[in-house]
Amino acid sequence: MPTQPTLTGDATGPTGTPGGTSGPPASPTRDRQGPSRGPVRPGTLVKIALMAVINALGVFGILAAWREGHMGILASMVVLLVVADWVYFSRRTLPLKYVLPGLAFLLVFQVYVVGYTGWVAFTNYGDGHNSTKEQAVEALLIQNERRVEGSATYPLTVVERGGALGFAIVDDGEAQVGTADDPLSPEPDATVDDDRVTEVPGATVLSRQEVLQRQAEVTSLRVPFSDDPNDGWVRTQDARTGFVAVPSLEWDPEADTMTDVVTGTVYHATSDGSFRSDDGERLNVGWRVMVGFDNFRTAFGDERYAQPFVKILLWTFAFAILSVVSTFLLGLFLAITFNDTRVRGRRLYRTLLIFPYAIPGFLAALLWSGMLNRSYGFVNQVLLGGAAVPWLTDPWLAKASVLGVNLWLGFPYMFLICTGALQSLPGDVLEAAKVDGAGAWRTWRSVTLPLLLVATTPLLISSFAFNFNNFTLIYMLTRGGPRFADASVPLGHTDILISMVYSVSGLDGTAAKNYGLASALSIVIFVIVATISAITFKRTKQFEEIS
Amino acid sequence: MRRGIPAAAVTLGLVLALTACSGSGDDSTGGATSETTAGGGASEDALVIWVDETRQAAVESAAQAFEDENDVAVEVVLKNFEDIRTDFLAQVPTGEGPDLTVGAHDWLGELTTNGVVAPIELGDTAGEFLPIAIEAFTEDGQVYGLPYAIENVALIRNTALATEAPSTWDAAVAAGQAAGTPYQVLIQTGTEGDPYTYYPLQTSFGAPVFVQNEDGTYTSELAMGGAPGQAFATWLQAQGQAGTLSTDITYDIAVEAFKNGESPFIIGGPWMIEQFEGLELSIDPVPSAGGEPAQPFVGVQGFYVSAQSDNALLANDFLVNYVATDEVQLALYEAGNRPPALASAAEEASADPITAGFLAVGEDALPMPSIPEMGSVWAFWGVTEANILSGAAEPVAAWDKMIADIQAAIGS
Repeated sequence: MPTQPTLTGDATGPTGTPGGTSGPPASPTRDRQGPSRGPVRPGTLVKIALMAVINALGVFGILAAWREGHMGILASMVVLLVVADWVYFSRRTLPLKYVLPGLAFLLVFQVYVVGYTGWVAFTNYGDGHNSTKEQAVEALLIQNERRVEGSATYPLTVVERGGALGFAIVDDGEAQVGTADDPLSPEPDATVDDDRVTEVPGATVLSRQEVLQRQAEVTSLRVPFSDDPNDGWVRTQDARTGFVAVPSLEWDPEADTMTDVVTGTVYHATSDGSFRSDDGERLNVGWRVMVGFDNFRTAFGDERYAQPFVKILLWTFAFAILSVVSTFLLGLFLAITFNDTRVRGRRLYRTLLIFPYAIPGFLAALLWSGMLNRSYGFVNQVLLGGAAVPWLTDPWLAKASVLGVNLWLGFPYMFLICTGALQSLPGDVLEAAKVDGAGAWRTWRSVTLPLLLVATTPLLISSFAFNFNNFTLIYMLTRGGPRFADASVPLGHTDILISMVYSVSGLDGTAAKNYGLASALSIVIFVIVATISAITFKRTKQFEEIS
Repeated sequence: MRRGIPAAAVTLGLVLALTACSGSGDDSTGGATSETTAGGGASEDALVIWVDETRQAAVESAAQAFEDENDVAVEVVLKNFEDIRTDFLAQVPTGEGPDLTVGAHDWLGELTTNGVVAPIELGDTAGEFLPIAIEAFTEDGQVYGLPYAIENVALIRNTALATEAPSTWDAAVAAGQAAGTPYQVLIQTGTEGDPYTYYPLQTSFGAPVFVQNEDGTYTSELAMGGAPGQAFATWLQAQGQAGTLSTDITYDIAVEAFKNGESPFIIGGPWMIEQFEGLELSIDPVPSAGGEPAQPFVGVQGFYVSAQSDNALLANDFLVNYVATDEVQLALYEAGNRPPALASAAEEASADPITAGFLAVGEDALPMPSIPEMGSVWAFWGVTEANILSGAAEPVAAWDKMIADIQAAIGS
């Protein structure tokens, strides 16, 4: 036992009470060690109140996730809640106290989304593979239970007999009663009123309310029509009328097969998430499975996509770079102009310039697409005196229109940030340049512009990333049109990568949906944008160091 | 998508697109919020119905009667029509979808392929509907929706400008010229084309979109290729060159021009009628351009039951015993202006000559295919027509390429 003496020594050491008389001196020591034990500060109260709210919300979320059966959400909420409590009640986590909220939002809104997209990219999620296998089986079974052709419908009453639910129907004026295990048989003693069974000896007739409370049981109840299983069974969908139905597919969970009752064809569950017969026939409802790199292979390997993909990639870069450059140059020019104190009415001009910025982007793009209509658009009709210029239907003019509209939409933003940057330039540097004898051009090129770029480059990069994915503009203005004349996919000259993802994946309703492929393409775009941003930011840093 | 595109619809499309792009995130972040609606106590056993704006009032009044009689809660949830299909597909598997939703019959293939709808047993009620309405909601012998309205395009004629219904396309153009209006015949087109509205003209050349089985269901074999399709394409080019039809005419421009009396004819559906108040109208069959009857698509609106509904009994009861009544069908007719699908209600609505006109045209029409392959057709069809019209493409070559592209898309 070498540790025990040390431990006790340690424990008693700081208190400074050798001999173990630890009564009175202990309390001053504790006070010294824990200043929070003093009078409670208002900040602490606020903290406790806030944490109570956060904990209440967290527990509520956990319970909700539990009830909905979302175990992933439940687990992550528990972890987040425990971490939050630990961080804000522990004394050793000072930096985390500031970082945690941002970190939590980053996890939920960014990392999770990227992660989920990544996961979907490796599945076949899309039309025909929409859900889990259990639901696919269920859907196939309900789709393939047929009413016996030409059979009658029967007025139906739900009864309970011997603890089991059953149906009482009226067939040719005669009452028949049966349960799931007990085929329908005549019940001459039952009371039939107005074509409907109202009383059955030895059984209770369920009221409408009771039926509604047990509707899951009632809708899944199948009462054999007779001793012969081939006669089918009676079922109901509204608990008012019954009909005779037979299944045409049978599910064998042991063998993992579906069997067509009529033809005898056996469909096996396959690894691609569907039931397939030996000669390749497929049942229409499938389920989600992992497909590895198949989606990436389609994105790059399918020759129908490969050629348009390259064109679209190039145009996406051209569009993003030209948009940033053109808006920046125009914004900068106007900022310099209106920064000059000799310009009169600067405030008015500046206010007017913000206008395009104040109009929602998608609305503006939509308006422009109307104004650029070849025959009826404002531009052709009024400004060009009726010239039928095909602004949006000629490949090159459409590209020019896209860039022009984006310039109109984007320059006020650049104007704003350039004005801000210009006004925050240190006056003494400019003064010094003047003293050194630099002319206006020289000052601008060697002093103003570098300083301005230091301030605006991060915004230019984010503007590039934004325009790289500027779906709104493309979709509202041209919808990617005019179409490539030589491609066999619905893509066009002004499509950028993100609008290509949109139409290739069928999200616009013009093709079968394919979320897996869409996610794979999104991942590719993400990688491109992330790489470019990383490289540019690195170079900006060098730039900053130089200046 | 196929009935002109009001700004709102485009906005919705965009929102949908953006949510779809980031949709994966909604599952997690929505987890904490969605339980307020999904688990809010009362809604656990309430019947949840998704409706869009035009149907809201009518469904709510039917729901009220149903609530009173059965002592159950019915929750009518307002959604944008454009969002319903995607949301239904995404939410039913999670168990958070509705019990019932309004929808169009041409969604059927997609809904069954994804296993999100349950069949409905209409029993003897089936005979009380217009046959085409039931046919449209039938797949593989099972009925999957309760129809309440049918819609199709027809030739809407301004009787002040043209006294007689034209029997052929050339007669219509001649009548338009005689009327001295800026346009002879108005058809909404746009740079992406509008194959839905152009379809009767195409069928008049004997080029329906898919081959039909004997029972009227569609196979996945394209029927619009070959000589009839090429003849239609050539005709389109001629119309474009003559200036009769133009891709510059969008839905808004067409409706506005007809409203202002700038043309005696417009090809359109009942959804346009509201805007033509004050005009004397007659609804006539679409004139044949290729010699054969011009058959438009019929779209049927109806209610679907979710395959994952916990309230299947209530849902079916509501549909078969409440929505399939004259009262509700007529209320939905008042709300949406489309002829009812229940035969007796349709008869009553036919007192209005406009409704009767659309119904009469619809009698000779064919349901729009609801097979999943149809989704691959739209993307190529309209643009090809638009390119031929505008002169950007050679008709026969472009049409043949379109057929090949669609076949490749269906095969993939």
